[in-house]
Amino acid sequence: MRYVEVKEVKETVKRLFLQANLELGEGVLEALKRAREEEKNALAKRTLDLLIENALFAKAEGLPICQDTGLAIVIMEIGQGIAFKGGSLREAVEEGVREAYSEGFFRKSVCHPFSRKNTGDNTPVILHLEVTEGDKVRVIVFPKGGGSENKSLAQVLPPYAGREGVVEFVLKTVKEAGPDPCPPLIIGVGIGGNLETSSLLAKKALLRPLGKPNPDPELQGLEEEILRKVNALGIGPQGFGGMTTALACHVMLMPCHIASLPVSVNLQCHAHRWKEAYL
Amino acid sequence: MRERRMKTPLSEEEILSLRSGDFVMLSGIVFTARDVAHRRLIDLIGQGRPLPFDPKGQVIYYAGPCPTPPGKVIGSIGPTTSGRMDPFTPQLLALGIKGTIGKGKRSKEVKEALIRHKAVYFATIGGAGAILSRYVKRASIIAFEDLGPEAITELEVEDFPLVVINDAYGGDLYEGHRFQLPLDDKGDPQ
Repeated sequence: MRYVEVKEVKETVKRLFLQANLELGEGVLEALKRAREEEKNALAKRTLDLLIENALFAKAEGLPICQDTGLAIVIMEIGQGIAFKGGSLREAVEEGVREAYSEGFFRKSVCHPFSRKNTGDNTPVILHLEVTEGDKVRVIVFPKGGGSENKSLAQVLPPYAGREGVVEFVLKTVKEAGPDPCPPLIIGVGIGGNLETSSLLAKKALLRPLGKPNPDPELQGLEEEILRKVNALGIGPQGFGGMTTALACHVMLMPCHIASLPVSVNLQCHAHRWKEAYL
Repeated sequence: MRERRMKTPLSEEEILSLRSGDFVMLSGIVFTARDVAHRRLIDLIGQGRPLPFDPKGQVIYYAGPCPTPPGKVIGSIGPTTSGRMDPFTPQLLALGIKGTIGKGKRSKEVKEALIRHKAVYFATIGGAGAILSRYVKRASIIAFEDLGPEAITELEVEDFPLVVINDAYGGDLYEGHRFQLPLDDKGDPQ
């Protein structure tokens, strides 16, 4: 058994959020630059230039890439050989977020669903805990904005809808979202499981570095097909038109019930940022 | 792609010279207002009370900035999704607001009101809040300070980058075609 102080968790969560809000995730800037080279539409090129400039300026000036510093998502993979000591794990994670959002001059964007009263410190955190083998703790922090989440969708399709039905559902989701989720997008697709696991898979799919291929060749083919079809929609950066509607599509899949074909599409904007560390 | 430079307040002549797809660098004063601030503005109108600013020829920016770090004019300040303000926009356009800035699609009612009141809807670059803060030269909260990031802030901007989405003729960049007012029995716009 290895003991981890919850204070160490708090400091890690804080440090990662302070970094994540200022810097694009792995491979995103490269993907934007590549799209800029390939784009033909003049307004789309100008827009991609501003996005690239924004990323560089944010990092240099220590400003958040986007004013929507998001709901604070934390995913922890906890080795089964680990025990936490020194207080409450959840409280440590919440405190890490509180301190990061205060000291980083980040916007607090969490409120009561009806009264819309702001909680004031960007908590509660959306916390996903998983038990893994070994004695390490992996901490992933993922600030995610409201605009792209608002246009994300989950549906349980009938089994006969098949692969084609999934592609159609993704295209429909992106098309209806149009300019609203801030394209160019990263499209996370979760297939299988049930309603909530497909949504979690779609979210986790977003966290693969851009440019890193899917290890499953069949899913890699599906990702390429979706990306090609999405970019043929002509929505373009910010919906101004052009061939860069999405930078990437990432798919995760698991078995599902014999009666169902669950699929979730988690749209993410170009300001895609996350950080991780091991304890 | 046509490029234009403009300064607020915007005249009817300037509005009528704009077409969807134009790239505009805007200078002058704009006012931030988003969800709750809009509800309060509409309440003031309903009560027959004055708005916190004179709306004639003015521009509203749908934004809720990050807190201002020390030594900066303002924190990151990109646009929020405009569609949520749709139910309130026609009333504000009727009072003389000439432009709104945000991101994303507008409702049929807003597009109709833009034609009727000769106004435009601009998008700026969503998710580019850091670089957009560089075009803000001065910022001061003028109303609803209790709303935090949702307070109404008067911004002085210089060459703030915008794209005309919906012009005063029904042009719609997102749809790639012209939006038309519904026709009456005689085939005239209502």
